Amino acid sequence: MCLSIPSKVIKVSEDQTMCTVDTLGVQRDANLMMMEEGDVQVGDYVLLHIGFVMNKIDEKEALASIETYKEILEAMDEEERRRAIIDDDNCEKR
Amino acid sequence: MSDLELKNLYDDFRDGKTIKAYAKIINENAKKLKKPINIMEVCGGHTHTIMKYGLPQLLPNNINFIHGPGCPVCIMPKERIDHAYVLAMQEDVILVTLGDMIKVPGSNGSLQDARAKGADVRFVYSPMECLKIASENPTKKVVFFAIGFETTTPMTAVLVEQVIKQKVPNILFHINHVTVPEVMVELIDSRDEHVDSYNNRIDAFLGPSHVSVIAGSKIYEKFPKEYGRPVVVTGFEPVDMMQGISMIVEQFVDERCELEIQYKRVVSREGNLKAQALIDRYFEKVSLFRWRGLGNVPNSGLKLRDEFSEYNAEIVYKDVLPIAEIEDHKLCICGDILRGMAKPQECTIFGTACKPTSPIGSCMVSSEGACSAYYKYGNIL
Ligand code: SF4
Repeated sequence: MCLSIPSKVIKVSEDQTMCTVDTLGVQRDANLMMMEEGDVQVGDYVLLHIGFVMNKIDEKEALASIETYKEILEAMDEEERRRAIIDDDNCEKR
Repeated sequence: MSDLELKNLYDDFRDGKTIKAYAKIINENAKKLKKPINIMEVCGGHTHTIMKYGLPQLLPNNINFIHGPGCPVCIMPKERIDHAYVLAMQEDVILVTLGDMIKVPGSNGSLQDARAKGADVRFVYSPMECLKIASENPTKKVVFFAIGFETTTPMTAVLVEQVIKQKVPNILFHINHVTVPEVMVELIDSRDEHVDSYNNRIDAFLGPSHVSVIAGSKIYEKFPKEYGRPVVVTGFEPVDMMQGISMIVEQFVDERCELEIQYKRVVSREGNLKAQALIDRYFEKVSLFRWRGLGNVPNSGLKLRDEFSEYNAEIVYKDVLPIAEIEDHKLCICGDILRGMAKPQECTIFGTACKPTSPIGSCMVSSEGACSAYYKYGNIL
């Protein structure tokens, strides 16, 4: 029940109490009363929970995590390549 | 670095290759562990990810999960569900609650049963829907049966605020909000009333994702410091969880005991301050809240502050609400399961008298509970 959904803000109401968000193609309204006024702007990524924006998603931190994952995958690929070469060098059937 | 796109937030944190890469790292590091470690994922959302992605199969034998208290509906004692039922059966009441409550059985039946008997029970996606229901039904009292951890408490507070500001005459609240750190303390530092034991096997916690978005990571600071249990606040996606588990294993390998945040993209030390202020304005702690399966947990529940008593359904309807506490079934060993002392199969009525369709204890109530997960997924956990 505590799952929340990442969404992108596409409109903020004039009185800043509501916004419209896009959740992978689905548009819906979300309540902004749990956020400080002016804190959420069009283009921001937010977490949605039971009709409310519960917080913003920090773009820099998200990108940093994704970058870390990429580096880990690259390092592993590299290791696998190296291992394949060593295995190949040691292959007795050659 | 390219700019973030919405689909990154979904795909990159569910990427199968990354999950496997972390599995490899964890398996390597786990070889250095001096003893097995038991990690409790406190939150049912994590249990769900663990099951859905079969994470235990990716991990070495010396890393075990202990499934936590699960979800807000699982831990609701029967007498409070009976309150909801009795309120729903009042002629002048429309009982409104979140969908998760629908099937949870009290001693007279579930809210679904109440509805079948003609009660006006409505399951909503958002608490704010109460405002519309109230204005469309001016002759009725709308009672919002509020459930949830820190994640949903501020939303109820926003509704309270609007009811007061807009002078809505016919919305009342039945508050069942509970807080997470208190139950974590209970699990590691208090006597299990059911089995008369202080034991627990919890070595570390994966901190809940969205509770922490609201409350901030600061609520866990005492666990490494005072109780010697590391906490890593972790997101709900499978990559998040693998990284969180990896961070815990690393702490044990390095002999560190710290609070760390894996889920930095939304969790900060301070959390959402406005949400915290809303909670504080309308709610106060109750000295005891009875958790189904665990018994009384000090300071773990919230109620409306006394100055808002006129909106408190428990006070307004006190003459009709039952007060007796209803004990858990004698054979239920949920308390032990939650402390990591027993597995669901050790319960003598597991899968026979107690099944997801006819749950007897809290761990079977929702799909996020340990017994229900074992029932569904057999031995993979
Ligand atoms: S199987 Fe049912 S009765 Fe037994 S411990 Fe689990 S929830 Fe309790």
